[in-house]
Amino acid sequence: MAVLFFIEIADGKVKKASFEATSYAAAYAKQIGKDAVGIALGTIDDAELAALGVYGATKVLHAGNKEFDSFDANEYTKAVADVATQVNADTIVFSQTLTGKAVAPVVSARLKAGIVSGAVSLPDADFVVKKTAFSGKAFAYVKVNTSTKIVSVVPNSFGATKGTGTATVESVTLEAAPNRVTVKEVTRQQGDIAPLPEAELVVSAGRGMKGPENWGIIEDLAKALGATTACSRPVADLHWRPHYEHVGQTGVAIRPNLYIAIGISGAIQHLAGVNQSKCIVVINKDPEAPFFKAADYGIVGDLFEIVPKLTEAVKALKAGQH
Amino acid sequence: MKFLVCISLVPDTTTKISFVDNDTKFNNDKVQWILNPYDEWYALVRALELKEANGGTVTVVNVGSAANDQVIRKALAIGADDAIRIDVTGEADSFSIASEIAAVAKSGGYDMILLGKETINYNGSNLGGMLAELIDLPFVSYASKLDMAGNTATIERDIEGGKEVLTVDTPFVISCAKGMAEARIPNMKGIMSAKTKPLNVVAPQGVGSLTSVVKYELPPAKSACKMIPADHPEELIRLLHEEAKMI
Ligand SMILES: Cc1cc2nc3c(=O)[nH]c(=O)nc-3n(C[C@H](O)[C@H](O)[C@H](O)COP(=O)(O)OP(=O)(O)OC[C@H]3O[C@@H](n4cnc5c(N)ncnc54)[C@H](O)[C@@H]3O)c2cc1C
Repeated sequence: MAVLFFIEIADGKVKKASFEATSYAAAYAKQIGKDAVGIALGTIDDAELAALGVYGATKVLHAGNKEFDSFDANEYTKAVADVATQVNADTIVFSQTLTGKAVAPVVSARLKAGIVSGAVSLPDADFVVKKTAFSGKAFAYVKVNTSTKIVSVVPNSFGATKGTGTATVESVTLEAAPNRVTVKEVTRQQGDIAPLPEAELVVSAGRGMKGPENWGIIEDLAKALGATTACSRPVADLHWRPHYEHVGQTGVAIRPNLYIAIGISGAIQHLAGVNQSKCIVVINKDPEAPFFKAADYGIVGDLFEIVPKLTEAVKALKAGQH
Repeated sequence: MKFLVCISLVPDTTTKISFVDNDTKFNNDKVQWILNPYDEWYALVRALELKEANGGTVTVVNVGSAANDQVIRKALAIGADDAIRIDVTGEADSFSIASEIAAVAKSGGYDMILLGKETINYNGSNLGGMLAELIDLPFVSYASKLDMAGNTATIERDIEGGKEVLTVDTPFVISCAKGMAEARIPNMKGIMSAKTKPLNVVAPQGVGSLTSVVKYELPPAKSACKMIPADHPEELIRLLHEEAKMI
């Protein structure tokens, strides 16, 4: 019996969300006196996988089949379900990322294993898990009533806890499932800025920006902080910014450590997707903007004057740190 | 081509969420229910566009009680040809709902089954993948573009940190995200004709849930916002560094 966790790989590296999934699986495995065993699919150096030991992994099973290098829900599902059966997995842990969302429910239906998607806490002794609900407006405590259980953990919720240790890496041969979709083209976002769902720092802007030509000051601030950029829904609808930047109830739901909202009024649908951020900063010229009620820090004033000064202050701070 | 669109009902996005019975039940009082935006704006409208271009029928399916009928009729007003409601009262988890829809989907011989990427109340993103597995069809998640040529679909979808273009032959299950289509507002003719379009109520299979909600909780209230004078924005950066330790 083991707690199995799914490891996401991009360009030969373990994704950040998977460090957290490892820590989560390890913490739960410890709680029930079992081992945390990872499953990695596709090309990656075994040393990278062994390093997951610092997050508490005991063992990592690695199926290096080339087929796994491009993502296919069907293949991944078969692989995870097969391994889960082989190691007699008690619980399977995924990250609630796009990959996790595409695979975990399929594995759940295949193994008839109840799933909690969007978990933000460890299971208790009765396997009740806290999860986000109502797009961040509330939490639900969900109990899983099946012998095999699946949990999909929201990125940046549980945290990755670093200790010491190395995991043993064992290569496994898995028969890849027949491909039922044909991938023609993959385009990846450039640069090493974290994608929104994983981002720890987010600079977001709304209709108060007046037009797409003014976004330079937002990008400068984000760059100075090493933050990911986001926007409100009308901004994406007006095609001022790409749609993947749209956060909120009908966009991406995020929970960064720091969310800086600039020229965004704070409509209930916007707040729903961002109110689990650990610290919220609001910059708005309207002192009555509803966003201030959800904020930790606020500045009332003209964003066009304030934002460049913030960027300067961040640069000065970072320069002082070196 | 026969399209099946799964539609779910969710509280209106302006709803103030609260709970009753010791926080074990969602407070339905005064809640306005709407079609889940992703199901309506993207899955349903794209199915209608494909039908208008190439012919076929669009059926919507919902799992729920008779109280849902009024909102289901909105999907008919937008343009669906007919509706199926699987008559379930009370709580059901995504596996139970997927199993009920699977039975309808199997017997209907649909070429494409569409649904939104997630519901805005449970945000599980579970249904599409489960349904695909239960009826053994390929599953394409988070699609932002879908074009058909004969029986082959070319789909653009969001993957971790980027985009992917793929092709898949019908039948398949697809979950739809922003970009697929533009929301439609039902017109008078649609609203009138919706009243007479078939809404077939079918008995459930009675597949049980694998999970249950034990209780709900609201996020803790925020403490007061600390205001920083506009002429000293650098003070904010100092506080974020020294007090909040965020940067
Ligand atoms: C079903 C539904 C779903 C929705 N889902 C989402 C969603 O997921 N995400 C989302 O964001 N919205 C969503 N919305 C829309 C939401 O209701 C709001 O309309 C939207 O969030 C407003 O965007 P905004 O704050 O950028 O623009 P506005 O509301 O126009 O706010 C602009 C703000 O900028 C401020 N401002 C203007 N100029 C300056 C300046 N020079 N300096 C400083 N501040 C300035 C103004 O005071 C104002 O507060 C949804 C709506 C519906 C009906």
